[in-house]
Amino acid sequence: MTGEWLDIGWVDEIPVRGSRTVQVTGGDDIALFRTGEGKVFALLDRCPHKHGRLSQGIVHGGAVACPLHNWRISLTTGEALGGDKGCTPVIPVKITGGRVLICRTGALQAAA
Amino acid sequence: MTQPQEHLVVIGNGMAGCRAVEELIARDPARYRVTIFGAEPHVNYNRIMLSPVLAGEKTFEQIVINDAAWYADNGIELVSGDPVRAIDRAARTVTARSGRTVGYDRLLIATGSDPFIIPVPGKDLPGVISFRDMADVDHMLAAADAGGDAVVIGGGLLGLEAAHGLTLRGMKVTVIHLMPTLMERQLDEAAGWLLKQALEARGQTILTEAHTAGIVGDGRVEGVALKDGTVIPASLVVMAVGIRPSVALARDAGLAIGRGIKVDDHMVTSDPAILAVGECVEHDGNVYGLVAPLWDMCRALADGLVGRHSGYRGSVTSTKLKVAGLDVFSAGDFSGGDGAEDIVLRDASRGVYKRVVVRGDKVVGAVLYGDTTDGGWYFDLLKRGEDVAPIRDMLIFGQSFASGGGAADPKAAVAALSDTAEICGCNGVTKGQVVGCIAKGAHSLDAVRTTCKASASCGSCTGLVETLLALTLGDEVQAGPKTMCKCTSFGHDDVRREIVAQGMRSIPEVMQKLHWSTPDGCSSCRPALNYYLLCALPGDYKDDQQSRFVNERMHANIQKDGTYSVVPRMWGGLTSPRELRAIADVVEKFDAPMVKVTGGQRLDIFGIKKEDLPAVWADLNAAGMVSGHAYGKSLRTVKTCVGSEWCRFGTQDSTGLGVKIERMTWGSWMPHKFKIAVSGCPRNCAEATIKDFGVVCVDSGYELHVGGNGGIKVRATDFLCKVATEAEAMHHCAAFIQLYREQARYLERTAPWIERVGVAYIRERIADDAEGRDALAERFLFSQRFMQDDPWAARAGGEEREQHAPMAVFTPLDNVREMA
Repeated sequence: MTGEWLDIGWVDEIPVRGSRTVQVTGGDDIALFRTGEGKVFALLDRCPHKHGRLSQGIVHGGAVACPLHNWRISLTTGEALGGDKGCTPVIPVKITGGRVLICRTGALQAAA
Repeated sequence: MTQPQEHLVVIGNGMAGCRAVEELIARDPARYRVTIFGAEPHVNYNRIMLSPVLAGEKTFEQIVINDAAWYADNGIELVSGDPVRAIDRAARTVTARSGRTVGYDRLLIATGSDPFIIPVPGKDLPGVISFRDMADVDHMLAAADAGGDAVVIGGGLLGLEAAHGLTLRGMKVTVIHLMPTLMERQLDEAAGWLLKQALEARGQTILTEAHTAGIVGDGRVEGVALKDGTVIPASLVVMAVGIRPSVALARDAGLAIGRGIKVDDHMVTSDPAILAVGECVEHDGNVYGLVAPLWDMCRALADGLVGRHSGYRGSVTSTKLKVAGLDVFSAGDFSGGDGAEDIVLRDASRGVYKRVVVRGDKVVGAVLYGDTTDGGWYFDLLKRGEDVAPIRDMLIFGQSFASGGGAADPKAAVAALSDTAEICGCNGVTKGQVVGCIAKGAHSLDAVRTTCKASASCGSCTGLVETLLALTLGDEVQAGPKTMCKCTSFGHDDVRREIVAQGMRSIPEVMQKLHWSTPDGCSSCRPALNYYLLCALPGDYKDDQQSRFVNERMHANIQKDGTYSVVPRMWGGLTSPRELRAIADVVEKFDAPMVKVTGGQRLDIFGIKKEDLPAVWADLNAAGMVSGHAYGKSLRTVKTCVGSEWCRFGTQDSTGLGVKIERMTWGSWMPHKFKIAVSGCPRNCAEATIKDFGVVCVDSGYELHVGGNGGIKVRATDFLCKVATEAEAMHHCAAFIQLYREQARYLERTAPWIERVGVAYIRERIADDAEGRDALAERFLFSQRFMQDDPWAARAGGEEREQHAPMAVFTPLDNVREMA
């Protein structure tokens, strides 16, 4: 996998209002989310609170609820919503011809 | 003898025109035959809710005020998509674009406002739009789908709403505002500044004191040029700089025009046969761009039409708004000036700002930002011109503090409101009107919504209406159940009832029909709705995996490090060498760091990785074991003691009965986790009296207990009844579970449920009513026909394999670290 954008797979492989992960050797996984509106986002798979796997949470609107303590994390900004404070790195994503691409440098920075 | 009906023709199918007709029908439905002309190809909708439609919080259907049936039921002819082009006052006819000409006895002009388009070069380029009707919203949605940059010209309410919607839709938005602060007509400088900060934090670019020089583009909009030479790229430009009364039609017809169509106190224009109402009129030198005055006008107008002539005296207005989700309120005059004194509370870190302007011990203006709870109270003080000297030192802290010395009792606050205080801003309903309609028999939120419309639009005043219900009806009404979550104004019980009553079949359908305020709910309502539908439609409903908590999606318990624990079912707590061997093998093969006996007499294998789960299940399945559902809102375990087979005190075969009960009940989904135990004698070694359903065997039969909880708040069971045979014990158990499944709220265990409904009710339904009990048990057993499938077997067989595997693997990180 080289180049600035990494090809991850088909958009359809991510369930609507669900997620899939990208395993990063030597680092934290990256979670890819697909919202009800069909948009795709990527976050480090690690809640800023107690490192819960965000990929296992319930996706609603533009946010995901962490499965451990129900923190809501914005898929757009990675920020904890509501009264909580904290931020999870966001990895730039784009969709080209139905394929999901994530930004290589973004992924490296986030997972390092 | 009936008189021939007079013909009332209404030009304008908007909020004012239709409201006027509604008011008229409420007074005398037979007096006029009504024809309504509308320029847009729609039924009557709530224009102020266009912003939520743009933001994706509502659909068009959800903002319809009067659907086609309303027109039909009231004999109103709707001519939509065909704007009126001319009025012939001499002939008393109107002619529409299509050439259709209709005669009138009375004509009502309710043409509203037109968006103001600033006359700059390029204003007519494709891609430059206003934000006024459904067509504009459709236009913006299409632009947002294509992505890119948007520029909104105008930092007033409308512009900011458009900017917010477009931001949510993924566009990069710049707001251009001519004035130094946003919403300067509603907010003072400080509040405007806070608003700007909040919007910038959401990624919008806000340019104040920015003058638009022109719109650039070759055949289509490409950007906005400012006077300082900056060009901001944009594929969409929304002009939202203001509105002006739509008077062209009236002017052409020769009616008297000022800033709007001139009307008297009865909304009659300079032609006695022609009335006008809404944003298009000028009354006593004033034009209004808000909803509340419009309702006042419509009431006066309808009174006049039926000969009651009450008269309109103008309106004092306040503005309570949610701008891009931020609460904003203003009322009266906050410009300061002679004799005006400011009382200000500022808490920047909480994002709260309050300013009350007092002149001669009277409130003359108020601006609230971030917390607008007391807006209605300040407005009420202002309208009544009350002397605030006695409460001046507490005024800024709000009503509950000023009237109760710090005890924040929301009920007292609502009770203290005057009858003219506005409760529902969307529909212009006062406290007096709500109380009146409750007194006339509207004893529920729904009834209030249908009779006086309070809380029927955006729902933000639902709490106030509920408090008024409680205050008016006293003990007759229990404090209404809390809403399911912030996505809806309905409580759990209402939702369950409506699902069954309306035969709803899917989560999106529930959200649509019950006016959910979010596009796809949240992590609390979705699992609840999924359960309610599953319970209501056994065998038919298609489970929504994405609405299940991770444990139920992965069929294992997530632990704090992201690994899972796995509990195979051991019927009644019994096991065998083969099962023990299989468990031991799994522990070794998958390096599980711990295995432990659970409180429910099962073995729990910890530390299994998500990707290994299918293989673990395959191995356990191979030894004949199935999922113990230790992760689910479902039947967990049936704990037993050894009973008569080995114990010297045992009276009955408690182990055998436990196994039978577990065989009957496993796999059933419930509102919460559910535990059962069977003890062989009153020594109760299986601790049956702290279980959701407990059986204590005695010499003469079986004592049944319900509603025990060993959790945070320990609760011993209530005695349900005593039965003579195993079969009866099982039958009662099935009926009780079904009653709980059908009636408890999601995430409500049996203990709080029973405390809520009373144990007498449970006895009545289960112990005393044999027929009802049979029906409940039958429904339970029917639903179990579809539930008793081992979820592990399907997954081990490869179903939804992708849930356990990463989509891709990315490996260069170690190299990068070396280089760095």
